[in-house]
This record gives sequence, C-alpha cells and structure tokens, in this order.
Amino acid sequence: MAIFGDAFATALALLIGGDPQLFGIVSLSLQVSLAATLIAATIGLPIGAALALARFPGRQPIVVILNALMGLPPVVVGLVVYLLLSRAGPLGSLGLLFTPGAMIVAQTVLIAPILAALARQTLEDAWAEHCDQLRSLGATLLQSAATLLWDTRYALVTVVLAGFGRAAAEVGAVIIVGGNIAGVTRTMTTAIALETSKGDLGLALALGIVLLAVVLAVNAAASGLKNLSVRRYG
Amino acid sequence: MVKKTAMGMRRVVLAGLLALAALPAQAQERFITVASTTSTDQSGLFGHLLPAFKRDTGIDVRVVALGTGQALDVGRRGDADVVFVHDKPAEERFVAEGFGVARIQVMYNDFVVIGPKADPARIAGLKDVNEAFTRIQKAAAPFVSRGDNSGTHAAELRYWQSAKIDLASAKGAWYREVGQGMGPALNTASGMGAYILADRGTWLNFRNRGDLAILVEGDTQLFNQYGVILVNPARHPTVKQELGRSFIEWLVGPKGQATIADYKIGGEQLFFPNAETPRPRS
Repeated sequence: MAIFGDAFATALALLIGGDPQLFGIVSLSLQVSLAATLIAATIGLPIGAALALARFPGRQPIVVILNALMGLPPVVVGLVVYLLLSRAGPLGSLGLLFTPGAMIVAQTVLIAPILAALARQTLEDAWAEHCDQLRSLGATLLQSAATLLWDTRYALVTVVLAGFGRAAAEVGAVIIVGGNIAGVTRTMTTAIALETSKGDLGLALALGIVLLAVVLAVNAAASGLKNLSVRRYG
Repeated sequence: MVKKTAMGMRRVVLAGLLALAALPAQAQERFITVASTTSTDQSGLFGHLLPAFKRDTGIDVRVVALGTGQALDVGRRGDADVVFVHDKPAEERFVAEGFGVARIQVMYNDFVVIGPKADPARIAGLKDVNEAFTRIQKAAAPFVSRGDNSGTHAAELRYWQSAKIDLASAKGAWYREVGQGMGPALNTASGMGAYILADRGTWLNFRNRGDLAILVEGDTQLFNQYGVILVNPARHPTVKQELGRSFIEWLVGPKGQATIADYKIGGEQLFFPNAETPRPRS
C-alpha cells in the first residue's frame, strides 16, 4: 500500500512545484465547472422557485420527473450532447464539439436538474412557512419568489455547491464531448482517466488528490463568503 | 426590486451565453482535429511528433484518441479533419463509402501477445500467433479482449479466425471482453493474470504491468499497419482540407518519416515509417 503514500508525495510535489501543465488543467476544470454551475443556477433556481410556489395542473408529475433527472447518467448526457453538437447533428454549425464550450453545455445539462430539484424543495418548505405572511403583505407570486430566494440564500449556496461538486467530479460526459485533447479539453477528471489507462496509477491517484484539494478550496471559499455575509448582514 | 433581479438574471444568462460563444471563437486559429487511436497517443508518439510538425508549419493538431472504429465514426460525422488509424479493411471501407479522400499508409509497428509469467497455456517463445491462440483456447486460460471495435480488437478477431477457432462456440468464462481502450484492458489483464493482445507501443509505455510479460512476438502476421485519411470535404464542407493536407504531406514526407523513426522508448524504436515502400518486419 506504499502507492498511497507515494501518491500523496507526488500530489504535494505537483501542488508546490506549480507545474504549468497541471495549472492549465486545473484552471480549465475550474472554468468549465464554474461556468456550468453559473448557467445551471440561472436556469435551475428560477425553475425550482416556479415549481415551489406556483400551483398548476401537471405540477406533481413535473416535480417527480425533475427529481428523477438528478440521476441522469453522465455518459448518456455526454452522448446526447455529442450527437447534438456533432457536425452531422442539428447544432453542428456552432462548431462546439471538442471545445470547452461543449463541456460546459454537457455539465450544465447534467446539473441544472439537480439545482432545480433541490431549490424546489428548499423553497417549498420556506413557502409553507411564510406564505400566509407574504400573502397578508399583498406580495405577488414573483415578489414572494424573490423574497424566498433571498431568505434561503445560505441553503441555496449549499445546493449550488452540490451542483458544482457533481460537475467537477464527472468524467463520462466531458470525455465524450471534449475529447480529452491535451491543452484544449483535458480536465482533472479526464487526465485521471488517461493516467489510469496508461497504467500510471500513482500519478492518477496524485491527480485525484489535487482535484479533491481544488474542490475543497472552492467549498472553503464559499463557506468563508457565507460566514462573512452572515456577520455583516445577519 | 423584483424587476431588478429579473434583469440581473437575464444579464447573467446573456453573459454566460456570450462567454460560451466566445470560447471556440478564441481558438479559431490554425489547428486541425485528428481522430486517432489510443495506441498512437498513449505510446507517446504524438507527444514526440506534433511539436516537430508545429515547428515546421505553425499548425496545431488536436488529437482525439479513440479506438479505430470510433475514430472512423468521428470522421464519418465530420467531427475531425483527418483520421489516423490502424485497421486497413475498415479504412478502405471508409474511403469507398465516400467519407475519406484517400488512404495513405504511414508506418507500422507490431502486436505482441502478453501473458502472465507463469504461462499456464505454455506459449512463451512461440513464433506463431495462431498456435499461441490455439493453446490459450485449449487451456481455457483467461484472455482479455478489447471488445471495442478497435484496430487491435479487429486484429485479434482475425487471429482467432486464422487459428480456425470459432469464437462464437469457443467463448466461455475464460474469454473476457472488457469493451475498453488498450490501457484499461491491460490493467484488467494485469489484475487477473490474463493473456491479451496489445500493440508494442502502448505496452512499452504501460506502467502497471504486474506479473505480465511479452510471450509471443515476431510473427509477420502481427504486423500492424497505420494509415492516414483526409475526411472528404465534399461530404463535410467544414473540413479544413488545406491544413489537413499539409499534415498528411508532412507525415509521409521525409521530415515526418524521420521523426517517426526517431521515437524510441528505452532505446527501442516503436514505429517504422513505410510511407512509400512497405517492408514488413521479418
């Protein structure tokens, strides 16, 4: 089991040594996953809010479907996005396949349902608690949604982090639509898959540790921001 | 306040979409996409070849490394400008169907039969791959097949055929199809002490060998020819034919051929250029 110790040493050396290639891979991973999280949040949170507050026929089945979509297999998402973005596909003229843009699209599709479904539950609970109060103030549904989104912002940060974590950790979709091209679409996870297939298990594990450290740093930053904001605004 | 939020949100979405559109535009420089095989990529050949090509021509090459079957499919859909693979019958079909302009041979290397040092099927040192496969099947010794429609998989199926073994009926628990690339398949073989057919390049670059070693090599049947094809611009107008042609011309020209011959791991030459005169290793 010396491999684990060696991997930690390699990971540390990689992090401290500031290897430019590794830096490029880490920064691409972050860019892609953060962009996907941002887009998924702007799509998913309003959808979650709408489902939490509005009452319309067919709402329950939609909620069930949305919850099920949280389990979308990344490989399937990758395949569908690949077929859509391929030159032979309907969106081929965009020329997005095998670019970071394609990876952002795939990760967005993957995590938008997660954000929408988790936000829906969070907001629905808050709505149940505050709906009488908001109604008595004469707030419209839209105003109520905005108020609840703001009130539950700290819970929603955790929701968004769950989406980010899923995006940063997945490999099945990005390897299909990105192609794992060195220097262009190689992310942390595809690099780990590549080193594993080259049989360099130590380096693969070291890259895995680096990825965990990066995800940890993002979560720590989010938690730091939250504490700061709680202290300042309550 | 509500309106402001909605507008802000719209702005964020817009910014996101713009960023998305800007990403590929940014990279709209002189590059081509080459669909190739894991054996050329993971053996380290491209890492050696492409910087030299870039120095000579200024063209970047983006390699998507897949199995030969999948690489040809990427070409068929117009998602690559050039395919660089190793399954002659499949390549000729690709050109005949009008997806490629012409198939040009570039280089060869060879396959080797890898197996556990204990060698339960007793094939070590054989010079005949058919005999080796026959013994593996008779001993029902574990054998890992790529099973992924790759060039190496196609070659393996040809050897079973030439050994007069009907896989459909001979298949049993000993024959394990993993449906993965060369590296993952080698990892599996290494984990279970199984026999496996591999290209020499990937094997030489492979680190997790465990108890495996080369047991059979040198049969002329194990010859593995690589070809390069420009995806047909008449079929897919987005193909960068000029840049693609410069890559192919460089590859089969004196500079490319010499650079291929130069590539060595531990003093051992991995690929043998044979663009003009095919001369199988004997």
